Amino acid sequence: MFKVKVYVTLRESVLDPQGVAVKNSLHSLNFSEIEDVRIGKYMELTIEKSERPVEEVVKEACEKLLANTVIEDYRFEIEECVAL
Amino acid sequence: MRFAVIVFPGSNCDIDMFHAIKDELGEEVEYVWHDQDSLEGFDAILLPGGFSYGDYLRCGAIARFSNVMKEIIKAAEAGKPVLGVCNGFQILLEAGLLPGAMRRNESLKFICKPVELKIENNETMFSGSYRQDEVITVPIAHGEGNYYCDEETLARLEENNQIVFTYNGENPNGSISNIAGITNEKGNVLGMMPHPERAVDSLLGGADGLKLFQSIVRSWRESNVVKA
Amino acid sequence: MSLKLEPTVEHIKNDKLYREMGISDEEFAMIEKVLGRLPNFTETGLFSVMWSEHCSYKNSKPVLKKFPISGPKVLQGPGEGAGIVDIGDGQAVVFKIESHNHPSAIEPYQGAATGVGGIIRDVFSMGARPIALLNSLRFGELTSPRVKYLFEEVVAGIAGYGNCIGIPTVGGEVQFDAAYEGNPLVNAMCVGLINHEDIKKGQAHGVGNTVMYVGAKTGRDGIHGATFASEELTDQSDENRPAVQVGDPFMEKLLLEACLELVKSDALVGIQDMGAAGLTSSSAEMASKAGSGIEMNLDLVPQRETGMTAYEMMLSESQERMLIVVKKGREQEIVDLFSKYDLEAVAVGVVTDDKMLRLIHRGEVVANVPADALAEEAPVYHKPSAVPAYFEEFQAMENDIPSVDDYKETLLALLQQPTIASKEWVYQQYDHMVRTNTVVSPGSDAAVVRIRGTRKALAMTTDCNSRYLYLDPETGGKIAVAEAARNIVCSGAKPLAITDCLNFGNPEKPEIFWQFEKAVDGMSEACRVFETPVIGGNVSLYNETNGTAVYPTPVVGMVGLVEDLDHVTTQTFKQAGDLIYLLGETKDEFGGSELQKLTYGRIFGKAPELDLTVEHKHQQQVLQAIRQGLVDSAHDLAEGGLAVAVSESLFRTELGAEIKLEGNAVSALFSESQSRFLISIKKENKEQFESLVDAATLIGEVTDSATLKISSANETLILSQVTELEKAWRGAIPCLLK
Repeated sequence: MFKVKVYVTLRESVLDPQGVAVKNSLHSLNFSEIEDVRIGKYMELTIEKSERPVEEVVKEACEKLLANTVIEDYRFEIEECVAL
Repeated sequence: MRFAVIVFPGSNCDIDMFHAIKDELGEEVEYVWHDQDSLEGFDAILLPGGFSYGDYLRCGAIARFSNVMKEIIKAAEAGKPVLGVCNGFQILLEAGLLPGAMRRNESLKFICKPVELKIENNETMFSGSYRQDEVITVPIAHGEGNYYCDEETLARLEENNQIVFTYNGENPNGSISNIAGITNEKGNVLGMMPHPERAVDSLLGGADGLKLFQSIVRSWRESNVVKA
Repeated sequence: MSLKLEPTVEHIKNDKLYREMGISDEEFAMIEKVLGRLPNFTETGLFSVMWSEHCSYKNSKPVLKKFPISGPKVLQGPGEGAGIVDIGDGQAVVFKIESHNHPSAIEPYQGAATGVGGIIRDVFSMGARPIALLNSLRFGELTSPRVKYLFEEVVAGIAGYGNCIGIPTVGGEVQFDAAYEGNPLVNAMCVGLINHEDIKKGQAHGVGNTVMYVGAKTGRDGIHGATFASEELTDQSDENRPAVQVGDPFMEKLLLEACLELVKSDALVGIQDMGAAGLTSSSAEMASKAGSGIEMNLDLVPQRETGMTAYEMMLSESQERMLIVVKKGREQEIVDLFSKYDLEAVAVGVVTDDKMLRLIHRGEVVANVPADALAEEAPVYHKPSAVPAYFEEFQAMENDIPSVDDYKETLLALLQQPTIASKEWVYQQYDHMVRTNTVVSPGSDAAVVRIRGTRKALAMTTDCNSRYLYLDPETGGKIAVAEAARNIVCSGAKPLAITDCLNFGNPEKPEIFWQFEKAVDGMSEACRVFETPVIGGNVSLYNETNGTAVYPTPVVGMVGLVEDLDHVTTQTFKQAGDLIYLLGETKDEFGGSELQKLTYGRIFGKAPELDLTVEHKHQQQVLQAIRQGLVDSAHDLAEGGLAVAVSESLFRTELGAEIKLEGNAVSALFSESQSRFLISIKKENKEQFESLVDAATLIGEVTDSATLKISSANETLILSQVTELEKAWRGAIPCLLK
């Protein structure tokens, strides 16, 4: 069994209004050392078994649905675990 | 002329679109459920606003994989008018029928109010009944209408006159170049955030949106009369 | 997976574990008597939620009996999901208001969102198509970061749910007062439309019929929400976080469409929302109302989590679920209907004839309790009441006129009071236009929603000035109903009926119970005079934080019928040259007024007087004048008095007004005397209008100068550009939130 952690974030060049709002709020709480905030999405996929390489499946899922590559980047971590 | 209003499980402006066509424009219209695999017999396709699949993940991201989308892409390729309003625009972007993507409004809040739009191009099949540079009032109602595309795409949109509507005066959502609505290169697919179907009856505060639908009919009649 | 070990029956009794569930020693003894044995853990849980104030109204029932609840047009009074009133042509309007105060105090976004979701289900469970949402909100002063947070999140939660499901939020009210600092009020109202033949009830008729569960799966959310709503909030309440449910408006949209298709099917026998106390209240009430019993196998209940106990399933308040009863043998049709919407419909039980609610879990009977005992036979308490000392003190005071140096500055200050200031910041976040029937959007006296395909429309409003209620609950109760009716009339409609949300403090305190009794007395009397019966509502008690109660806040949700779209009227002036009239007598009344609050920072004295006969006469005259086409604009005089009302009638226009007033200038401008209307008419209608509305006084004229000028016999009191006033009014709330 595989646990996949997928992280989707807005591309560097795209303004992240949520991130800006959180950054401003942190600054008003005196966290002046926090220079920037980018907000993204975190997803957990569970894959029981797969005919194809897991990496290939996840990549395709990200490209096709989980991220909109016009504005978003993604990365993922695959973790193989033994079923309990 | 026969219009199809595509209905996804979370569409909620489908009824508004239906009545705008039937009651105010006076043309034939039918609802088409998202699992259908034919759009035969329809002359124009309308994708209404709403929250197609709860707008979970991203607005329109799940709807683009529904059965009917293949038919919508075919209709677009065949040159039929395809109009996506609000969530419909978001679906057209996700499906790649229009360039760019949608971000959350700059204010991070949902905004519902009438806004002023400027007609940037009155030579499309959706805007022929407006005057060039005419300013009209049409309501918006969205949380993610902050249109984005890269500079290269923007340059192309401008060069090909694909920008049909811009916000006049205040930009309510932060969209790039004040964009409110764009077409594809061929000019037969229009996506726009404002709701023309909410502005077709002066009882409800204005009828500036009606001309958009009239433009579609006019352009369709012209090309069909020529053919006949 | 092993289940959590539950306490034994002896343990529950001997160690008084039932107390932790909110059951008193006397109540436990009653339960023992009803059953003829000791209740087990699950059964104790069933009683604890069904006998909570929230579900049983055990403390409020004797008082609620005073409300007039019937009338020639009432098709359904209190007791079902929502009340129903006939509007002719085989159509009826369905509406109800409900509170979600405590969940919103703990988790404002989800608390408010699920409040909206719950009230929508109440309406479509009757078979009605929801057509509009309203709300009524109370927060502390908009100064502390906590209040700002609550306000922003509650508004976002209401918007998030209503916008997604696609029902327009067309109206509401927001008041800010220190009394609500730790205990905000979030009341949501839903209005629906139905054809008479589609009316459905939550009743489990027909022995052998099948009980089905439809909608979202059951999880552990909101367990004990109903008893939680019947306790005071304390500083520890944040620790109760798991008790808040999470809403899924997309799921509800599917459930809504599926249920509205379902009500057209003759396979359907009864339907009820799983609201507070979820599966327990829906099953017990449906059985009890039909005089039948229900047996359910809990193993069949769709579950989102593993290892749930019977107790947890029965008390879960997971959202977007319904319990239905269908004719035996027709189950598959229902399954197919719901699967079209990607929803589950599962047979979980049968209707029996033994009047018992019997639950089976893992092959064992885990509860066997008379349905009536749960639904109908909760104890009823007649609480002692006592006149609070403050009331007698206030009644003994003379009317005080605050002193004003600069009338214009005072008007500007009043327009910036958050309670008076423009609520655009709020309602622009609500989709108030979806379904394209909203004729009058938020911001006028009442919202108006047309009924497509007819010339008719519905006017709707929520109202309650709780400051008057605090000073004098009986008069304040009358005023709450009168103001709602005035708003309805100003929009061109005839008031039909009300729904109420009675938000009060801890009823175990005699002074609070007295407020409750008196407010209901006042409201009942007003409802009788206006012929607007109470067709349903909700009681929310224990609205206190650390021992301090909110102001008595019985919110009135009223719906009226516009007979013809031509009658629709708004508060804004229409054209220069129109004559401006004031209807109603202005007295030196400042108790509980905005000016008093602004001047002294607190409220005291007597509430404004209200003569119901005069009020009713004025309302009837104004409505008649509107119907005869004599009125260009009509506006109710409320917070801030005449000066504020005139300003509001000018906003969003390019017009001005010149007004001449008599008598004490402060009272003429800012008094909050009741039963008053500001009306503008075309000059040519002068004679006809004056003969019809005999008590109206001509006070001025609409001008095209975009200036407001108000003068007395010998001096100019206020001279201002309208833009200056409008800017102050519009900018106040965004400015406070920055």
